Amino acid sequence: MSSNQNILVKLNEAGFSLNNKWLVRGVSLQVEKGKIVTLIGPNGSGKSTTAKIALGIYKKIDGSVEKYTNKVGYVPQKITIDWTLPLRVNDFMVLTESLNKETIDEALSLTGVIHLKDKNLGDLSGGEFQRVLLARAISKKPELLVLDEPVQGVDFTGEIALYELIKKISDELNCGILLISHDLHTVMSATDHVVCLNGHVCCSGSPIDVAKNNEYKALFGEQASQILSRYEHRHDHVHTSEGEIKKN
Amino acid sequence: MLDDFFIRALVAGIGVAIVTGPLGCFVIWRRLSYFGDTLSHSALLGVTLAYSMEFNIAFSVFIISSLIALTLIQLQKRTNLPGDALLGLLAHSSLAVGLVVIGFLSFIRFDIMGLLFGDILAVTVDDLLIIWIGGVLILLVLKLIWKPLFASTVNYELAEAEGLNPDRAKAIFTILMAAIIAISIKMVGLLLITGMLIIPAAMARNISSSPQKMVMYSIIGGLLSVILGLFSSLEFNTASGPSIIAASLFLFILSLLNIKQSIKLKN
Repeated sequence: MSSNQNILVKLNEAGFSLNNKWLVRGVSLQVEKGKIVTLIGPNGSGKSTTAKIALGIYKKIDGSVEKYTNKVGYVPQKITIDWTLPLRVNDFMVLTESLNKETIDEALSLTGVIHLKDKNLGDLSGGEFQRVLLARAISKKPELLVLDEPVQGVDFTGEIALYELIKKISDELNCGILLISHDLHTVMSATDHVVCLNGHVCCSGSPIDVAKNNEYKALFGEQASQILSRYEHRHDHVHTSEGEIKKN
Repeated sequence: MLDDFFIRALVAGIGVAIVTGPLGCFVIWRRLSYFGDTLSHSALLGVTLAYSMEFNIAFSVFIISSLIALTLIQLQKRTNLPGDALLGLLAHSSLAVGLVVIGFLSFIRFDIMGLLFGDILAVTVDDLLIIWIGGVLILLVLKLIWKPLFASTVNYELAEAEGLNPDRAKAIFTILMAAIIAISIKMVGLLLITGMLIIPAAMARNISSSPQKMVMYSIIGGLLSVILGLFSSLEFNTASGPSIIAASLFLFILSLLNIKQSIKLKN
């Protein structure tokens, strides 16, 4: 495959536990320049945790993380902003890096929210705020983008456009993307590597390989409409409430 | 010119207000007002130690307040007590120890009221140097850590993920808080320093639409409070600290009127 110089972040058997309970463990994956790696899995399977391990937000981890870039753009799944701060979209755009006006305007135009530039962040709708979050992450032209359900709350047409934008950014900036998404259509058509999580890595590989996987077929076939929430794959193991994995 | 005690007090007060403006904004944004109280209560201990060892008050207060802040961080890591309980524990125990130490220092004449509420007569040329040099240093350091501190105030995980090292910024900010208390204690008095930090900033929040504006208005509000407060202190022979804080309260109330007007305009 590609040489080591292209690796942006690499997880080696990484895991994280909170209050003696494993949120996720034994995850090995790597994100390379120009590639999109997608994490899929049911709720509570450790997707966001894995992203936070990769970002270095969680420090007391099992295994190891090798991070080769500091130019990172992050769209978190949940973000709570304290409204004691008077913060406009424009102020939010330059939060972690100073950018000139053209760069800010370009990013906001790409995600379709340039008209909100001088609005107070607290006055935005969920979908609008999500577009601002994405604009902020791409505006600094990062080498590594970590997008945790970046289009949640965005309207249907906007969702498709934003996914196309993400793909385009990956090509143009040649940045690596770690994507968490529930939209299997996007996952299968636009990404280079899929990792299926359920507290640990259930299966992983190219979309074609994963699509051939029996566990994945069970999910993609008759249950396609309810995509991941009812994801029941053929396990050779069970998960206990403590996050232990027992072989059958 | 600096021979006149009132000019000295004015120059000192202006120096203090320029620094408390931006720091006060962070105190409000990061919800640190009770933390400020704890540090300033512990300052009494610093003052008494300074008197008993004939050491400079500002340095002594800075060291004691920094130690209290570090103790707090350690206690937060090692105990399961909630933050406000730990703050209360440190605030009142250091205040109590400070008062007990005063009791032992009966041979020194203490102006306890001046200590608690500020005394413009007590501002010396040395104090001016400490306020202005210390103030410039505080502002320089704040400028250096502004980006990570502000980003982590908005969202810790974004700042951490994008490589800004928010923990270091937070630790440095804690030291700056101890420093501002040390340099403003003579002007405002240790019971009212937190008021000087938060009231002008709270006033600024009411009338500003961006963080930069809030910092600017907070500085202006602080300056006006100092000037108004000191003149009325001179006029009515009241303690300088309460006069300054009362003036800032007056400005805060004015800013509330402003909000009502702007709501009317919107409608």
